[in-house]
Amino acid sequence: MLLIACPFCGPRDETEFRCGGESHIARPGPAETVSDERWGDYLFNRANPKGVHLERWLHGHGCGQWFNVARDTVSHRVLAVYRMGDPPPKDLTP
Amino acid sequence: MKYSLLGLIKGAGNHHKDWPAAWRQPEPKPAYDVVIIGGGGHGLATAYFLAKEHGVTNVAVVEKGWIGGGNTGRNTTIVRSNYLWDESAHLYEKSLKLWEGLSQELNFNTMFSQRGVMNLAHNLHDLRELNRRVSAIRLNGIDSEFLTTEQVKAFCPIINTAPTIRYPVLGASLQRRGGTARHDAVAWGFARAADRLGVDILQNCEVTGIRREGIRVTGVETTRGFIGARKIGSVAAGHSSVIAAMAGLRLPIESHPLQALVSEPVKPVLDTVVMSGAVHVYVSQSDKGELVIGAGIDAYNSYAQRGTLQVIEEQMAALIELFPMFSRMRLMRQWAGIVDVCPDASPIMARTPVEGFYINCGWGTGGFKATPGSGWVFAHTIAQDRPHELNAAFTLERFSSGALIDEHGAAAVAH
Ligand SMILES: Cc1cc2nc3c(=O)[nH]c(=O)nc-3n(C[C@H](O)[C@H](O)[C@H](O)COP(=O)(O)OP(=O)(O)OC[C@H]3O[C@@H](n4cnc5c(N)ncnc54)[C@H](O)[C@@H]3O)c2cc1C
Ligand SMILES: [Zn+2]
Repeated sequence: MLLIACPFCGPRDETEFRCGGESHIARPGPAETVSDERWGDYLFNRANPKGVHLERWLHGHGCGQWFNVARDTVSHRVLAVYRMGDPPPKDLTP
Repeated sequence: MKYSLLGLIKGAGNHHKDWPAAWRQPEPKPAYDVVIIGGGGHGLATAYFLAKEHGVTNVAVVEKGWIGGGNTGRNTTIVRSNYLWDESAHLYEKSLKLWEGLSQELNFNTMFSQRGVMNLAHNLHDLRELNRRVSAIRLNGIDSEFLTTEQVKAFCPIINTAPTIRYPVLGASLQRRGGTARHDAVAWGFARAADRLGVDILQNCEVTGIRREGIRVTGVETTRGFIGARKIGSVAAGHSSVIAAMAGLRLPIESHPLQALVSEPVKPVLDTVVMSGAVHVYVSQSDKGELVIGAGIDAYNSYAQRGTLQVIEEQMAALIELFPMFSRMRLMRQWAGIVDVCPDASPIMARTPVEGFYINCGWGTGGFKATPGSGWVFAHTIAQDRPHELNAAFTLERFSSGALIDEHGAAAVAH
């Protein structure tokens, strides 16, 4: 089970959170210029790395805020926690 | 050698000491016509059907560990074909038909047991969905029937059908031809049969890169050196995104742990497979007497082959509500496999934009039942360079065309 440090509430048990999947996915646009392939890529394709994964978490049973987590998908170690809108830590960016 | 009753008796004569290895341990050749990445059931079945149905015998199956050590050897072995949409129904039914003759075909006992698979309904919506599904499945010519609560109780007497429980059993669908099989035997049976047709099974050989010349693949880099290949089929389950990235492709796949566990062995108590999507657990009893229990995936991406305790707590709570008599059983082992989850809960078995590179993935939590059928259509796709009619819809392009095959709720619990 993970111990996740919510940037607003501090370290809490994983069961208080929901994982929202890959972070930093920008919606392409304007809509009329986006091809089906580009749109499909945006909706469905994911990096799914074996290693550092930048992902969104929701502190659903706490403050109700979304934030970002950098986590290793093999060791499950949480490497960094940073706010929504912040860029990922440089040394963890693939 | 062909396995037979006579052979078994002869073997007993000298304490089963002289059985030959079931397949060779060859050194990699410099190049093959087809290299299959991943020695799970699907990869081995693909190699077998390439050799048997298409005469392509210059084939290697490259496995990073030992064959069947991935999800093949970790799954809860439920086999059924009660899927909602036509595309899935035909694909899984082809597979079920192959299962029905598989032990004879492979000359290897896969212990396929058609003990029936029952999917429970616990609320009005479940009931309506179940009835719709039973009808759709029958329209596709596949056996499926609806059971009332009383019929559920008669078919499986140990289920708690009291109307007072939190999620009462309101009915069920039953596929009598569904059941379970012996997971290892499927991998071993396909491996042995493929080996006999000339396929090289290369274990402890991890693919670390895919070599390309322009848009065409030329081979794989492995921990045992470079192996040339005219065509490459990736059948790597939870590692599909990793392999695809080596070929420069992105996939609509995320890897998650899926856990399962077994109880201590007990006398026969449960002679069918019971699945419940609403309270979310499924259970059967193995030939050794253990209850085999599973449920849903862990929520976050992972490659670690282990999961979280709370997921198990939830499924055990569901199990005990349905079967109060299991409440004091001890659990012996728990484990996880890494499953390749696709957004529409349907697989991808297709050509890719990279010439000579084919992928078979996205089976997620429910691909064991498809092992023979998947191998059948994927071998066709690789050998003929175009899909079989049964996998024509299971393309990568469906994620940009929008022609998804949404089997989420449709297949009840997706295992
Ligand atoms: C706990 C659990 C329960 C399940 N229950 C059911 C069920 O009841 N019914 C059902 O139908 N399905 C079930 N499934 C799903 C089913 O197990 C899978 O969909 C199916 O086994 C996938 O088959 P495979 O042979 O392709 O995968 P695997 O057996 O995982 O084979 C993939 C192989 O690729 C190898 N590999 C990966 N990377 C590399 C590399 N770089 N180089 C070389 N080799 C590599 C792996 O080592 C592995 O052996 C379950 C899965 C799990 C984990
Ligand atoms: Zn918080």
